Amino acid sequence: MTSPTIFLTVDGRRIEARPGQTILEATDEACIYVPRLCWMKGLLPFGSCRVCTVRVNGRPQAACTQPVTPGMVVENDTEELRALRRDLIDMLFVEGNHFCMFCAKSGNCELQALAYRFGIAAPGYPFAFPQRAPDASHPGILIDRDRCVLCARCVRASREIDGKTVFGFVHRGAAKALAVNAAAGLGGTDADAADRAVAACPTGALMVKRIGFALPVGRRVFDHAPIGSEIESPAAEK
Amino acid sequence: MPTTAETAVATICASFGHDRARLLDILQSVQRQLGCVGDAAIDALAADLGMPRVDVAGVVSFYSFLTTKPRGRIVIRLCDDVPDRMLGADRVGSGLEEELGIRFGETTPDGLFTLEHASCIGMSDQAPAALFNDVVVPNLGPGAARRLVDEIRQHPEAPDLRRLLVREYGDGQNAHDLVRSAVQNNLRRAGEVIFAERTANAGLAKALAMSPAEVIRQVKTARLRGRGGAGFPTGMKWEFARAAASDQRYLICNADEGEPGTFKDRVILTERPDLLFEGMTIAGYAIGASRGLLYLRGEYAYLRDYLEDVLARRRAAGLLGENICGKPGFDFDVRIQLGAGAYICGEETALISSCEGLRGDPKNRPPFPAQRGYLGKPTAVNNVETLCCVPRILEMGSGWFASIGSRKSTGTKLLSVSGDCTRRGVYEVPLGTRLAVVLEMCGAEDPLAVQVGGPSGQMVGAADFAREICFDDLATGGALVVFGAGRDPLAIAAQYLAFFIHESCGYCTPCRVGNVLLKERLDRILAGAGEAADLDYLQTLAGTVKTASRCGLGQTSPNPVLSTLRSFRPLYEARLTTPAEGRQAGFDLAARLAEAGRLTGRRPVGFEAGGESR
Repeated sequence: MTSPTIFLTVDGRRIEARPGQTILEATDEACIYVPRLCWMKGLLPFGSCRVCTVRVNGRPQAACTQPVTPGMVVENDTEELRALRRDLIDMLFVEGNHFCMFCAKSGNCELQALAYRFGIAAPGYPFAFPQRAPDASHPGILIDRDRCVLCARCVRASREIDGKTVFGFVHRGAAKALAVNAAAGLGGTDADAADRAVAACPTGALMVKRIGFALPVGRRVFDHAPIGSEIESPAAEK
Repeated sequence: MPTTAETAVATICASFGHDRARLLDILQSVQRQLGCVGDAAIDALAADLGMPRVDVAGVVSFYSFLTTKPRGRIVIRLCDDVPDRMLGADRVGSGLEEELGIRFGETTPDGLFTLEHASCIGMSDQAPAALFNDVVVPNLGPGAARRLVDEIRQHPEAPDLRRLLVREYGDGQNAHDLVRSAVQNNLRRAGEVIFAERTANAGLAKALAMSPAEVIRQVKTARLRGRGGAGFPTGMKWEFARAAASDQRYLICNADEGEPGTFKDRVILTERPDLLFEGMTIAGYAIGASRGLLYLRGEYAYLRDYLEDVLARRRAAGLLGENICGKPGFDFDVRIQLGAGAYICGEETALISSCEGLRGDPKNRPPFPAQRGYLGKPTAVNNVETLCCVPRILEMGSGWFASIGSRKSTGTKLLSVSGDCTRRGVYEVPLGTRLAVVLEMCGAEDPLAVQVGGPSGQMVGAADFAREICFDDLATGGALVVFGAGRDPLAIAAQYLAFFIHESCGYCTPCRVGNVLLKERLDRILAGAGEAADLDYLQTLAGTVKTASRCGLGQTSPNPVLSTLRSFRPLYEARLTTPAEGRQAGFDLAARLAEAGRLTGRRPVGFEAGGESR
C-alpha cells in the first residue's frame, strides 16, 4: 500500500510530500533548496543552527524538524528569511575564529559556501575572538575548536552511524563547547580518522591529518557550484 | 580512610538503582559527599551507569550548582538580580569580597568559603538576599554579611548552618521545624482562589466521584489557563495527554520559577503545599497518570524536607499511594526532583530533559510532551499556581471560578511585586486588574516604569499603567518589578540581557550568539559611544533572535531591548553621538593603537600619548 500524498505550498508552488516527512525532506525532493547547516542526510534532525528557518502558515519553524501537514503554506525564499539566514550565518562566523584564507577546508566548507551564497563579504557583527583550545592528541585527527559551529553533526554521526560516543558537549550558553569522551583528549578515545563523525564536520573543526591540500583549492566541491545547487539541479550532479 | 571517589559513587549509584535517568540526583549526592564532581568521579559515574563520560561531564558543566573543581565548604551565592541590585546587592558583594579577601568566583585559601553570584533566588521581595549553601539569608546588608562570615569562621565545624545564620524565623510555615528559615512570606493580599479559606481535599473528593473526562470538562468550563506565563488552556493540555495511548503517563509540576522577580510559588510551596499536592493528584486522575514529579528549583532546596514531610503525611492519610481515598485502581504518588541552578529548566521540555538526567536543553517539538514527554511517555507539565486552582474549581464549581476575573481571563493571578515600592510581596488579584491598581496597592509612588512578566516580559511606561493584567493584554507569569524615578531603564535592560546570556542553554545559534551581540551594542550605547544606526541594528538583531530561536527563552530574551526601544526611545537617543566625518562612532583610535602596540610589542609612532595606561 502506498502512503497517501500530501500537498503543500512552498513560495506559491504546490509540491507533493509523504506523511511523516519533514518540510526539508519534501522540498529537497521537489528540488527546492532550503539552506541548512546542522542538518545532514542520514542523521536525525537536530534543529540547532536555525538556518533552515521557514515560515509555516506565518509562524517561524525549522524546516528540518517540522513535519509536513496537508495544505500547509510554507514561505522559504523571501526577503525576510534571506536576511534572517544571512544574520545567522554571520553569527556563526563572528562566534568562532574562521580564517578561510589558510584553512585546509576552504572550498569544501559548508559555512564558507553558505556565506558566499548569501553574499557575505564581511560579517556585519563584531568578532568575539574567543580563546578555544585545539586538540591534536589523536594521531590521525585534529580538532580545531576555533572553527566549530556546535552543529552536533560529529556528535550524532558518531552515535548514530559509527556506533561510538566519541563527541559530546560541555558547558552552556556562549561557553558551550565540543568535548570528547576521554579526559586525556581525542587521543584517549576510540575515534578513527575513517569515522563518519570526522567527515560529517561541515567546517574545518575536524580534520584528517596529513591530507590538507591534497586536493588543491580551486578544484573543491564549492569551487564548481554554489552550495544548494546539488538540490536545485540534481541532474547536473554526477 | 578517606572516601575515594569510586566508593562514594558506587554507594550513591546503588541507592538510585544505577538509573542514569536519576543522574541529576546522583550528581548532587556525589557533590554533597565529595565537595565536587571531579574527573575521577566522572569516570566512576560513567562506568557505573554505563554511559559515556562526555555525557556525564556535559551534565555536570550545564548546571550552575554543580562543579568539577573543589569549592569551599560554605558556598555563598549572592543574588545579583535587578531588584537585589536596586537595593544594594553590589555593596553587599564588595563587603563580602573585602571580608573574605577573595573575588567572586574564588575560594578562600583555607577552603572554607567560595563566593559566587546567583541569577535570581526567588527573594526579590526581601532583597538583597544570598544563599549560604542551602540556607537563605534575606535582607542582607554589608554589615550583616560580614558578621555572618565571622560567625561561620568562629564555628567552622557547626553541623547545622541554619542555627548560625538564622536569627529569627519568618512568618507562617517558615518557622516550621523542617523549614526554620528567615524567609518572610510577605503575602500582602489573599484572593478568592489560592489563599482563601477552603475545605481540604473537598476538591479531590468531588473529582474522584466524577469520571476523568468530567474533571477535564470542569477545568475547561472554568476556562483555566496556565499561570506560568504562556497561558495555554489547561483542560486542553490534559485532554491531549489523556488521549495519547500509553501504558504510563506522567504529571509534572513546574516549581522552577526562575523568571527574575518571581517568588509567588515560594509562598504557595510554604503555605499551601497540600493544595498543590491535591491539585497534582486531581490532575493525575484526570490524565491517567500514576506518577507525578515536583520539579523544585535548586534555590528552594530549603523547602525540600518540609515538602517531603507533607507528602509522607498525605501517603499516611491515603491521599497518595494506591487506591487513593478508597477509589479502587486510582494510584498516584509524587517524587520531588531537585533542580541545580538553570533558568532554562523552567521551559517545559528542558524541564523534562532535566528530570531525565540530561543537560537542560529544550527538546524539538513535535512531538509535544503530551504525546512523548518524560521518558518518552505522555506528560502534562503544569505550573504550581495552575495546579492550585484545580481543587478550588472542583470544590466550588467551574461557574464560580469563571465568575472571578474577566471573561477570557478567569480566576485570580498571583503577582510577585518587588523594586521601588513600600509593600513588596505577593498579591492575589482577579485577572483583569489594572496595573495602576496594583501599583497603588503596593505603594509605588510615581513609578517611571514597571517590568511586567520579568525580563522576558515587557517594560511598561506610565502611559500604559491603565492596561489590564490578563491573558489578552499584559500577560504575565506574575513578576512585577517597579522602577522609580531616577532608575535607568537602559541599564536595567542590559542587566536583563546579561541574565539571558548566562542562562541560555547554547543549543541554537540566535540565542547563543545573538544575545551576546545585543548586549555588546547596548553597552556601547550606554558608554556614550553609540550612533543613530545602532538603534536600527538593535531592532533588526532583536527581531532575528526572536524569530529564529528554538524555544521561549530566545524568543523573549530580546524583549528588554525591544520594549525599551518602544517605550523609552528618547533615553536611547539622548545617549547617541554623531561620529566625526568618515569615522565610526565609538571608535577610539588611540585606544586601538595602544592595544595593537601591546599585542605586537611595538610603540605606535606619533600616538604614544593615546593609551599608555592600558
